[in-house]
Amino acid sequence: MISFYFGRLMEIFPFFLKGLWMTSKIAFISLVTCTLIGFILGIFRSSDSTILKRVVGVYVAFVRGTPFVVQIFIVFFILPEWGIQLDAFTAALLAMAIMGSAFICEIVAGGINSIPRGQWEAATSSGLNGIQKLRLVIIPQAMKVILPPLVGQYVLLIKDTSVVSVIGIMELTRVGWVTVVRIPEGLMVFTLVGFLYFIISYPLILLSNYLEKRMAA
Amino acid sequence: MLVDFNFRVILEYLPLFLTGLRSTFFIAVVSIILALITGIIACSCRISGIKIIKYPAIAYIEIVRSTPLLVQIYFLYFGLPTLGLRIPEIQTGILALMLNSGAYIAEIIRAGINSVDEGQIEAGVSSGLNYVQRMRLIILPQALGVTVPPLLGQNIVLVKDSALLSLISVMELTRCGQTMTSERFMPAEAFLTVAFFYMCIYFCLKALADWSQRKLIFREAY
Repeated sequence: MISFYFGRLMEIFPFFLKGLWMTSKIAFISLVTCTLIGFILGIFRSSDSTILKRVVGVYVAFVRGTPFVVQIFIVFFILPEWGIQLDAFTAALLAMAIMGSAFICEIVAGGINSIPRGQWEAATSSGLNGIQKLRLVIIPQAMKVILPPLVGQYVLLIKDTSVVSVIGIMELTRVGWVTVVRIPEGLMVFTLVGFLYFIISYPLILLSNYLEKRMAA
Repeated sequence: MLVDFNFRVILEYLPLFLTGLRSTFFIAVVSIILALITGIIACSCRISGIKIIKYPAIAYIEIVRSTPLLVQIYFLYFGLPTLGLRIPEIQTGILALMLNSGAYIAEIIRAGINSVDEGQIEAGVSSGLNYVQRMRLIILPQALGVTVPPLLGQNIVLVKDSALLSLISVMELTRCGQTMTSERFMPAEAFLTVAFFYMCIYFCLKALADWSQRKLIFREAY
């Protein structure tokens, strides 16, 4: 019986590859947007302006305090009530961007805050303006602190793309969920799904471990 | 927007939300205790020199860390019945949370143990302490200070992760929001209330984590 189901599973394997492609697409787009927004917010959060700090702080607390699945429901069900029409794919990307950028913001702010005050003062006395100070002096040094947890966060974000299956996006987890209804071999189907996730995220975990060792040295 | 926010319906559904809150609380407490036990066992296997128990522990930790929790939940939910095991959804959910958090806790404890300086262990050896004594008297007391803050952080993650159990129809906080949405079609009221309750839990746990961090830094300084 198991070999029969295994054969059927192999027949619909292209379907899984489609799901993997969708997962990779969502993961890639959201990693890029999260990193961009996260860095900007992180710079705000570590700035001297109290108002900016507070506003970003509230945003981060809201995102960190609620489960991602609830955030997806809020984006997907509530925004249309307020007159903003979204299709599922855009809603998923928006929810990912909101969630991921808050976590990356904290990592970036932590990195920038780890740079001693003297570096800022030295940069100021060298006649650099605000953006130059960040770009040429602070960020390059902070990257050493930022990079290992950032890659770790990427792994978490890739894994969190599985949650967008709840609004019906045909990514890897959803494909597994649809398949298991027709091929009642839960262990086999979700081992395959898990294996495909493993292929994407395990190299990144190894990279994160490697960076951690290298940056600490 | 928020003008027609219907507080009356929220009030009407409040008993349901409180049951959900209690259920989330119950799931979180039971899973964190079980996860702690799993984590301690997995970590002891991971750092032991015996290959037969070391490699399975590594495999367990790495597999859990590189697959999504949702896939693990579905794996157990759809997989256990094919093995002939029919257990209630809530137990499947707790099992999934336990295995998931257990792997992360194992890594947290391992990082704590590794943070203890090599010289301390050598000093223990030259004082004539055996392995168990070294662990109990030198390494674990020092590792505890490094371990407790991230453990409390893992607690916060676990509470948020328990929201995924709503997808296998465990009646917890998020599921209550879904129920209210399908009965009244008021997603704004439902999910913002759910978010509010999660925020309350988050702030309590965050305060606890910050407090423990302050306490432990204080102890380190003196």
